[in-house]
Amino acid sequence: MVSESAALLSIRDLHVEFETDAGSVPVVRGIDLEIGAGETVALVGESGCGKSVTAMSVMRLTEGRAAAGSIRFQGRDLLSLPDPEMRRIRGGQIGMIFQEPMTSLNPVLTIGRQIDEVLVLHQQLSPRAARAEALELLQRVGIPAPERRILQYPHELSGGMKQRVMLAMAIACRPRLLIADEPTTALDVTIQAQIMELLRELKQEFGMAVLLITHDLGVVAHFAERVLVMYAGKIVEQGSVRDIFKRASHPYTQALLAALPDPLKPGKRLEAIPGRVPSPAMLPAGCAFCPRCAHAFEPCPGQQPPLFEVGDGHRAACFLRAGSSTTGQK
Amino acid sequence: MSIPLGPGPASDLLPAARAEAEALGVAETPTQQLWRAFRKDRLAMLGLYVLVALVVVALVGQLLTGFWVVLDPATVRLPDKLLPPLSPAGSSLAKDLLPPFGTYPFGTDELGRNVFARMLQGSFVSLSVGFVAVSISLGIGVTIGGLAGFYGQRKLGPISVDSLLMRFTDVVLCFPTFFLILTVVALLPPSIYNIMIVIGISSWMSTARFVRAEFLALREQDFVTAAKALGLPEWRIIFRHMIPNAMAPVLVSATINVAHAILTESALSFLGFGVRPPYATWGNILADGRSYIFDAPWLFLIPGAAILVVVLAFNLVGEGLRDAMNPKLRRRAG
Repeated sequence: MVSESAALLSIRDLHVEFETDAGSVPVVRGIDLEIGAGETVALVGESGCGKSVTAMSVMRLTEGRAAAGSIRFQGRDLLSLPDPEMRRIRGGQIGMIFQEPMTSLNPVLTIGRQIDEVLVLHQQLSPRAARAEALELLQRVGIPAPERRILQYPHELSGGMKQRVMLAMAIACRPRLLIADEPTTALDVTIQAQIMELLRELKQEFGMAVLLITHDLGVVAHFAERVLVMYAGKIVEQGSVRDIFKRASHPYTQALLAALPDPLKPGKRLEAIPGRVPSPAMLPAGCAFCPRCAHAFEPCPGQQPPLFEVGDGHRAACFLRAGSSTTGQK
Repeated sequence: MSIPLGPGPASDLLPAARAEAEALGVAETPTQQLWRAFRKDRLAMLGLYVLVALVVVALVGQLLTGFWVVLDPATVRLPDKLLPPLSPAGSSLAKDLLPPFGTYPFGTDELGRNVFARMLQGSFVSLSVGFVAVSISLGIGVTIGGLAGFYGQRKLGPISVDSLLMRFTDVVLCFPTFFLILTVVALLPPSIYNIMIVIGISSWMSTARFVRAEFLALREQDFVTAAKALGLPEWRIIFRHMIPNAMAPVLVSATINVAHAILTESALSFLGFGVRPPYATWGNILADGRSYIFDAPWLFLIPGAAILVVVLAFNLVGEGLRDAMNPKLRRRAG
C-alpha cells in the first residue's frame, strides 16, 4: 500500500453517474484507488463492472458525470482542472492505450503523421525533429523497418503492430502513468504475450506507473503488483497479486479464479459464475454480488459490506470476513 | 495477418517478418485505392474525361474570348445572321469582323454573333458558377453540419446546439429554393457573383446533413477518443481527424451539386434573371434561340446539348465516386 503523499494517482470515493432517460444511473459507486510512482496496478472485473469508466474518468473522457469524489494526479485535482491544463496532462503525463488497436488509429493519416502530431503538440518539436523521434519510438516498440512503416497507413499494419504504434504514441512524451484499457483483449494470444512483455520493458525503462484494466486474470498474475477486483461499480477486494491468487477472500474473486482454466487439469469443467452482473440501474440494496453468491447469509441482501482488512493491505468487502477490523470506507 | 515479432529493437527480428515488412513497403494511400476503384467504372471515367476536356475548353475559351480576343462573342455581323453551323462567313463583311478561318463552327445567332465564341464564353461562366457556388455551399454545409455533429449535445439555454442548427437547416430546406433564388436575384443587380453566392447559400442543406451524420458516427470512433486521450485540442481533432474522414459522402454530393448549380444558373439565365445579356451563358443563348426554334434549331440544340452533357458528366463522376468510396463494394486490406 502506498502512503497518500507518495501516490502518483489517488482516486478517492469516486462516483460516476450516467444520465439516461430513466434518470441517473450509478456506474462507479465510491472507488478508492492509489498508484505509486512506477507501480503496476491491475483493475479486474467482468464486462460492465465500471472498470473502463473509472479509467476514462481519470482522463476525463467519459460521457458520465463524476458525481462525487476526487481524482488527484501528482497532487492536482484532475476533476476541477481547466480544459487546456487537462489536455496537457492527457498524452503528456498520462498516456493511454485502448482495447481496439484496429480502430484506434486514424485511417486517413499515415502512422508517422499521427506520432509526429503528438510530439509537436506536447514537446514543441520541429516537424523534422518529431519525425526523427517518431522513428526512434517505432524502433523502440519493436516495429521492423520503421522508416518504411512510418509512411504507411493503419490498414497496412497488423493488429499487434497497431497496438505497438498506439504504445509508441502513448509513451511519446514519457508519461508518468500509462493507462492500458484491456490492451490485449483484441489480439491473438501469441501477440498478447509480446505486447505485455513490451509493456513491461517500457515500464521499467521509463519508470512509468501502469494502471492495467483487464478481465484476464492470467495477464494480471504475470504483470501486476497489486490487484483491485471490481464488481458492479465497487471495489470488492484488493491486495497484492499473491494475496489475490493465493488467499482470495471475496467469493466473487474466488469464483473468478475458479473460472480460470487450469493447465494442470485438462478436461476439467470450468466453474461458471451463475447469473450475471446486475444492471447498474437495478442494483440490489445490499451486496451487489449477493444474488450470485454461494455463501450469502443474513446481512448480505440488506446491507452493503464495507472493506474488511484481511491481511496487510489485503481487504475484501464481504461479511464473511467481518471478524477482522473494518477500515475507513463507509 | 499477424506477424510473430519478438520485442525489442529491430535487429533481432525474425527474417520472415522482415521479408514481409519489405514486401509491404510499397504503400498505397487511400487516394490511390480510391483512384484504382474509380478507374474500373467506365461510365464514370467517361464523365471524368468529358469534365477534364470541358475545363480545358473553358479555360482556353476564356483566354480566347476575354483576354486575347481571337473569338469575340460580342461582335455583331448583321449580314451573317442565323447562319447554320459550319457555314462560311459572308463576303460582304469587313476584314476585322471576319471570324477565324472564315467559318462559324456553331453558326450565328439573330445578330450574326458567332455562337461558337458565345458557347466558349458560356462554358467558363457555367463551370465557374458551378464550382464557386458549390464551394460556398460546402463551406456553409461542413461548418453547420460539423458544429451540429460535434457540439450537438451542448446546450444553449433550453435547446441543444444540434436541434438549433438542424431545425434551422430544416427551415431553409422548406423554402422553394428556385423561387427564393429568383426573388433574391430580382432584387439584387444581375451579376455573376450574386448568382454564385445565392446558389451557394441556398444549396448547403444536404451537405450539412451528411456532415452531421458522419460526425455523429465519427465522434464515437475509437480513434477520436484516442486523439482526445493524446491531448489533441478539439479544433485539431475536428479538422485533422474528423473532416478528412467525413469527406467521402460530401465529395459525392458536391459533385452532383455542381451539376445542380450549373442547371440552376442556366435556368436563371434562360429566364433573364441571370448574367446580364451581352455576356453569353448557356442559359441565355438557349433563351435567345427559343424564338428561332424552327428557323435556327442549332441555337437551342447546341447550348441544350452542352448543358445535358455537362450535367450528365458530373452525375456520372459523382455516382462513380460514390461507388468507389463505398466500403462495401471496395476490397479492404485487413
